[in-house]
Amino acid sequence: MTTWVFSEEIDGHASASALELLTKARTFGDTSVFHIGAGSDAAYAELGAHGATKVHHLTIGDRLPGAPAAAALAALAEEHGAELIMFGMGNTDRDVAGRLSARIGRPVLGNAVDVTVDGSVRVTSEILGGTQAVVTEATGSAPALVLVRSKAFPAEPSGEGVPEVTAVSMPDLGHAGSAVITESHVEESEGPDLEVAGVVIAGGRGVGSAEKWVVIEELASQLDAAVGATRAVIDAGWVPSRLQIGQTGKTVKPDVYICAGVSGAMQHLVGMKDSGTIIAINKDAEAPIFAAADLGIVGDLHAVVPKLTEALRNR
Amino acid sequence: MRIAVCVKQIPDPATPYDLDPDTHRVVRPNDQVLDDTDRFGVEVGLQLAEGDDGSVTLFSMSPSGSLQGIRQALAMGADKAVIIDDEALAGSDALTTSRILAAAIEREGFDLVVAGTESTDGSSGVVPQQIAELLDVPSLTFARKVEVTDGGIRVEQQTAGGYDVAEAALPALLAVTSGVVEPRYPTFKGIMQAKKKPIDTLTAEDLGFTADQVGDAGAGQTITSVTAVPAREAGEIVEDDGEAYLKIVALLEQAKVI
Ligand SMILES: Cc1cc2nc3c(=O)[nH]c(=O)nc-3n(C[C@H](O)[C@H](O)[C@H](O)COP(=O)(O)OP(=O)(O)OC[C@H]3O[C@@H](n4cnc5c(N)ncnc54)[C@H](O)[C@@H]3O)c2cc1C
Ligand SMILES: Cc1cc2nc3c(=O)[nH]c(=O)nc-3n(C[C@H](O)[C@H](O)[C@H](O)COP(=O)(O)OP(=O)(O)OC[C@H]3O[C@@H](n4cnc5c(N)ncnc54)[C@H](O)[C@@H]3O)c2cc1C
Repeated sequence: MTTWVFSEEIDGHASASALELLTKARTFGDTSVFHIGAGSDAAYAELGAHGATKVHHLTIGDRLPGAPAAAALAALAEEHGAELIMFGMGNTDRDVAGRLSARIGRPVLGNAVDVTVDGSVRVTSEILGGTQAVVTEATGSAPALVLVRSKAFPAEPSGEGVPEVTAVSMPDLGHAGSAVITESHVEESEGPDLEVAGVVIAGGRGVGSAEKWVVIEELASQLDAAVGATRAVIDAGWVPSRLQIGQTGKTVKPDVYICAGVSGAMQHLVGMKDSGTIIAINKDAEAPIFAAADLGIVGDLHAVVPKLTEALRNR
Repeated sequence: MRIAVCVKQIPDPATPYDLDPDTHRVVRPNDQVLDDTDRFGVEVGLQLAEGDDGSVTLFSMSPSGSLQGIRQALAMGADKAVIIDDEALAGSDALTTSRILAAAIEREGFDLVVAGTESTDGSSGVVPQQIAELLDVPSLTFARKVEVTDGGIRVEQQTAGGYDVAEAALPALLAVTSGVVEPRYPTFKGIMQAKKKPIDTLTAEDLGFTADQVGDAGAGQTITSVTAVPAREAGEIVEDDGEAYLKIVALLEQAKVI
C-alpha cells in the first residue's frame, strides 16, 4: 500500500503524531512523508529513523498552512498514486486533511485508534466514551484519508535511515491561499510533558476557580506529575488549552491518573481511560467518572487533595 | 456584511442515544436541539453583524421535522434560516454535508461563513475546512478570539503550545471554539419574533444534486461493524470520612510511584 504521512515541523522537530504514524505506516510498505515547516536536518533524521524513505518538503513561511498544504499534497498524491494518507489530529492536520478531502472528493475517516490495510483501508474508532468500537471502511477510489488519535501507535525508531528530501513548490491559490499568520505566542509550561508523564493530575470545573487551581498544581509537584484539565476548565480560561485531555485534547496513558472535580464526560474519558491506575475525587457519588475509576473518593476535593498533598510532603 | 452561520441540530445530549443495529446510524429522536457548540458561532455572527449593519442567515442540513434548534438560534437574533432536508440525505457523511451546505451558502451569497470547531454528536471536525475549500476561500479555524479588520478578519487561533494571530481578507470562513464569546440567551421578545422569521426549506435536487451523489450512496465510507469494548473492572468507591486520602497514598505505593 502506497502510504503517505503528514508531518508538521514544530521547533525543529517532526510532529509527534508523524513519528507515531510512521511506526505503523512502515508495516504497510514504502512510506513517504509530506512535511511542512522550516525543514531542518534534525526533523528529517527523526522521520528517517521512524521509517520514512522519502520526504517531500513544503516551506510554508508566514502562510496559514491549510489551503496551500492541501493543494500541494493533492498534486503529490495524484502524481505518486497515494493509496492511504495518514494525519494526526492536531489543528494543522485537521485543516490540511479537511481541505484536501474536499479538493480531491474523498471522505475523511476520523478519530481512528487503529488502521488496517488488507485490500481496503479500515479504521477503528471509539464512540460513546470508548464503550463501542466502530469499524469504518473506505469505499470508492483511492486515496483513503485517515485522522488518527494521538498515542494510537507508540513511536518506535526502526534504524538510522536518511530519507531523500525533495522540495515542493508553493501552489498559487490566489485568494483562498492568502491567509497569513502574523504573530505566534508560546505559553510557558512547567513540569513534565503531559503525554509522557508517569503520573497525571487532572482538575475539572469542580476545582471552582483559577485561584483555587493551585491545589492541583501543589499535588502535581509532590508527585512530579504533569497537570491536565477538562475542556470546561480550558473554556473557563483557568489554564492554557495544551493541558486539555480528551477527544479534542490530548490522549494520556500514565501509570497513575488522579482527577478531582471531573465529572467524567464521554469526551473526557476517551482521553484517559487507558491509564494504568485511575483515582477520582468527586463530591457527587453518581458522577460517571467513578465507573472508570479503580479508586473513587466521594467527597470535597478541597478537603481531600490538600490532605493528600500534605501527607506526601511529609514522607 | 452577509454572514452565513452553519448550525447543526442534534439529539439532546442529556438523553443517551443508540445506534440502529442494521444501518449503524444514530437513531434520531424527533426532538432535536441546537448543538451547544454552534451557539458560539451564532453569537460571533450576531456580534460581527451588529458591528456593521450586516445580516445573519442560518444554514442547517437536518431533518426538518423538528426545528426547535433552529428556532433557538433565530430567537438569539439571526435574521432567517435555510434548511436542507431530503430523505435522500439520510446517511450522508461529512463531505456530502459540506457539499450541500457550501452549495446552499453559495446560492444565497456570503461574505463570511461561521461554523463550530466540531459537533457534539458527529465530531468529525472537518466540515468547516471542507466548506472553505469548496467555496474557494481561506479558513481561519480554532478561533478563540475574533475581530474585524479593514476588509477582513483577524483571529487568535489555538495552537498546541499557545496561540497564533492569523488574518484573512473576506470572503472567508471562520470556525470558532467554545469559549470564544459568551452566547446570549434568547429573550422573550426574541422567542416571539423567531416564530415569524423566514425558514426556507430546500432539497438536494434544488441545489443540483442527484440522489446517487448524496446519502448512503454518495458516502465514500461504510461502517462494517460496531462492537462493545470490554468494560474496566469496577473499582472501590468510598465516602470521604476525613481519612480517605490514606487510601490514595496506599494505592500510590502499590503502583510504585511513591
Ligand atoms: C465535541 C466536543 C468535544 C469535547 N472534547 C472534550 C475534551 O477533549 N476533553 C474534555 O475534558 N471535555 C471535552 N468536551 C466537554 C465535555 O463534554 C464536558 O463538558 C467536560 O469534560 C466537563 O468538564 P468537567 O468534568 O470539568 O465539568 P463538569 O461536567 O461541570 O463537572 C464538574 C464536576 O465537579 C464535581 N465537583 C464540584 N465541586 C466539587 C468539589 N468541591 N469537590 C469534588 N468534586 C466537585 C461535580 O460533582 C461535577 O461532577 C467536549 C465536548 C464536545 C461537545
Ligand atoms: C436526513 C438526515 C439525517 C442525518 N442523520 C445524522 C446522523 O445520524 N448522525 C449525524 O451525526 N449527523 C446526521 N445528519 C447530519 C449530517 O450527516 C452531519 O452533520 C455530517 O455528517 C457532519 O458531521 P459532523 O457533525 O461530524 O461535523 P463536524 O465537522 O464535527 O461539524 C463542525 C461544524 O460544522 C457545522 N455543521 C456540521 N454538520 C452540519 C449540518 N448538518 N448542518 C449545518 N452545519 C453543520 C457546524 O457548525 C459544526 O459545529 C443527518 C442529516 C440529515 C439531513
